Amino acid sequence: MASHQFDNVDRSGSVSGPPSGGDYALDRSFRGIAWFSAALILALVVYIVVEIGGKAMPAIAEHGLGFLTSTAWNVQTGQFGILPQIWGTLYSSLLALILGGVFGVAIAIFLTQDFLPSRLAMVFRTIIELLAAIPSVVFGLWGIYVLIPLLRPVANWLHANLGGVPFFGTSLSGPGLAPAALVLAIMILPTVASISVDALRQIPYKVKEAAYGMGTTRWEAILKVMLPTASSGILAALVLGFGRALGETMALAMLIGNSNQISLSLFAPANTLAALLASSFPEAGPVEVRALMYAALALLAITLIVNAVGLAVMKFATRKFEAER
Amino acid sequence: MKIFLPAVLFALSTGLASVVPASAQELRLTGSGASFPFPLYSSWFKDFSKQSQGITVDYQAKGSGAGIQDFINNTVDFAASDAAMEDSDIAKVKQGVVLLPMTAGEIVLSYNLEGAKELKLPRDVYVDIFSGKVAKWTDPKIAAANPGVKLPDQNITVVARSDSSGTTYVFTGHLSAVSEEFKKTVGHGTTVQWPTSFVKAPKNDGVTATIKQTPGAIGYIEYTYAMATKQPMATLQNKAGKFVAPTDEAGKAALASAEFPAKTLPGSSAPDLRVWLFDPAGEQSYPITTFTWMLFYQDQDDAKAKVLRDLVEYGLTKGQAMAPRMGYIPLPDNVVEKVRKAIALIQ
Repeated sequence: MASHQFDNVDRSGSVSGPPSGGDYALDRSFRGIAWFSAALILALVVYIVVEIGGKAMPAIAEHGLGFLTSTAWNVQTGQFGILPQIWGTLYSSLLALILGGVFGVAIAIFLTQDFLPSRLAMVFRTIIELLAAIPSVVFGLWGIYVLIPLLRPVANWLHANLGGVPFFGTSLSGPGLAPAALVLAIMILPTVASISVDALRQIPYKVKEAAYGMGTTRWEAILKVMLPTASSGILAALVLGFGRALGETMALAMLIGNSNQISLSLFAPANTLAALLASSFPEAGPVEVRALMYAALALLAITLIVNAVGLAVMKFATRKFEAER
Repeated sequence: MKIFLPAVLFALSTGLASVVPASAQELRLTGSGASFPFPLYSSWFKDFSKQSQGITVDYQAKGSGAGIQDFINNTVDFAASDAAMEDSDIAKVKQGVVLLPMTAGEIVLSYNLEGAKELKLPRDVYVDIFSGKVAKWTDPKIAAANPGVKLPDQNITVVARSDSSGTTYVFTGHLSAVSEEFKKTVGHGTTVQWPTSFVKAPKNDGVTATIKQTPGAIGYIEYTYAMATKQPMATLQNKAGKFVAPTDEAGKAALASAEFPAKTLPGSSAPDLRVWLFDPAGEQSYPITTFTWMLFYQDQDDAKAKVLRDLVEYGLTKGQAMAPRMGYIPLPDNVVEKVRKAIALIQ
């Protein structure tokens, strides 16, 4: 860039010409701004980690790794542990991912594989994306006033008749894991569905025509050709949805029961890291704040691990099912 | 752009300049702290601001702990707390602290039982419920205290606070005063180690909503919230062995039994008006009653001090009359006298 090879070209009498000094300046400044913005994002992430880590340092030094495996959270005696919260976070998010994932991908197939006239599909898609605009608190209230009363008879019937199965080991009295996971599933549904729709849309139409041309049925085409071809996009949707479920706070704080116990039962109250942070921060003393910072760091680490694993799976899927791009 | 930017800056600076020299008469007081007395305080402050020209009082219901923190950091003009203030915290305030009880409230046990219009809970039984030892509504101990009441064959779902709170502090204080074992297993504080089977919900409204939506639930909430949502409240057995329903009179009777320590606050000439009624005596007393306090600096800006003195005086006169309507208990006359004497210390 330093030597401009077009400098001595005669520019009179031609509409085209070498880039002017202004063009170079514009190009450089745009490049600079882009670099600066990218660096700023990275710096922000690093700053957040350093800040939280710094504040958590005394707690890390005091509790060590035992913090991650202990089950007590007692401000009076200064004992802190987040195993029940880690368990609750992963368990509720996983349930939500299974439910939200199955329904989200099914909706995406329904909307893209010519089951509906395309106008109607657009309307459906808009409605599903509207779900993403509903505030978390509203989902929480809806859970308390609508979902839990609806779920209670079903859950208690399951407990009465299939109480031997660990998943139905307790009765559902009010808030608990099941309503929380259901609401979470609804909350991640728009993310999963709309990214999967985009992934399926990106497949060239000729791929489907080729599949039909080979004599596949509609379902063979969808399951054996379309889904594998879109797999990296669909996996990205699932990873994003899982990430959202891990960090969701308000609706969970209202629905999960905030009880520090580890139970396989779907109907027992549980707790999550985000709910713990939300409910304990406002009135926490300095000792508890340090422990909460440690918990926040653990949540950050979990999210990071999940994203890294998701990325690895996505890469694998791309290599296996999609041609190199 | 080059011409535009200075124009914007100029407009901004002139705009700011015209805002700054506002009327010198205006005085703005800010406070923060307890959420339990917030509904009452906010109507006090609104009314007080209206009748005194040029004065605005802002109050943020952040919670008692946060209020005390703000007060120590000098970011507010006054604070409010359900848990009063510890000696160690008082020592951190160089200007000296004046700590005044301003109103009082009751904590009630609200429940959701189909068909049960009233519920009487003996002392040992409600301690057992909140220790997780009595787990069913059909427990013989509950049935024995409630002849003629049809109790459902349901598990008891206990609802506690998920956040740190003054309400929990007072409630567990009472339970600890009744039972030594409760003090050892669950403890006394703003957050405690409840049995793991309990359900927890944020804030008074969260607990209220959860009780309302859960058949077989019981939980502790402030009287104001139970009154506002028309939730049923249990009748509790007090220290004298009598069953007392939460009412203004029962609360007043409990407050009357309060004996204030005859000393001053550390590092200040203000009287020590901290008293906990963890288990009030008296036949008519409702067992779980508590004062709530406002905190002021003893030595401060003269103009502000005068307004704050007026504010407290307002709270003691008109403010007390407002209290019962909103579900708070007016201070007994002897306490009003003590507070009035202490007002002069805010200088």
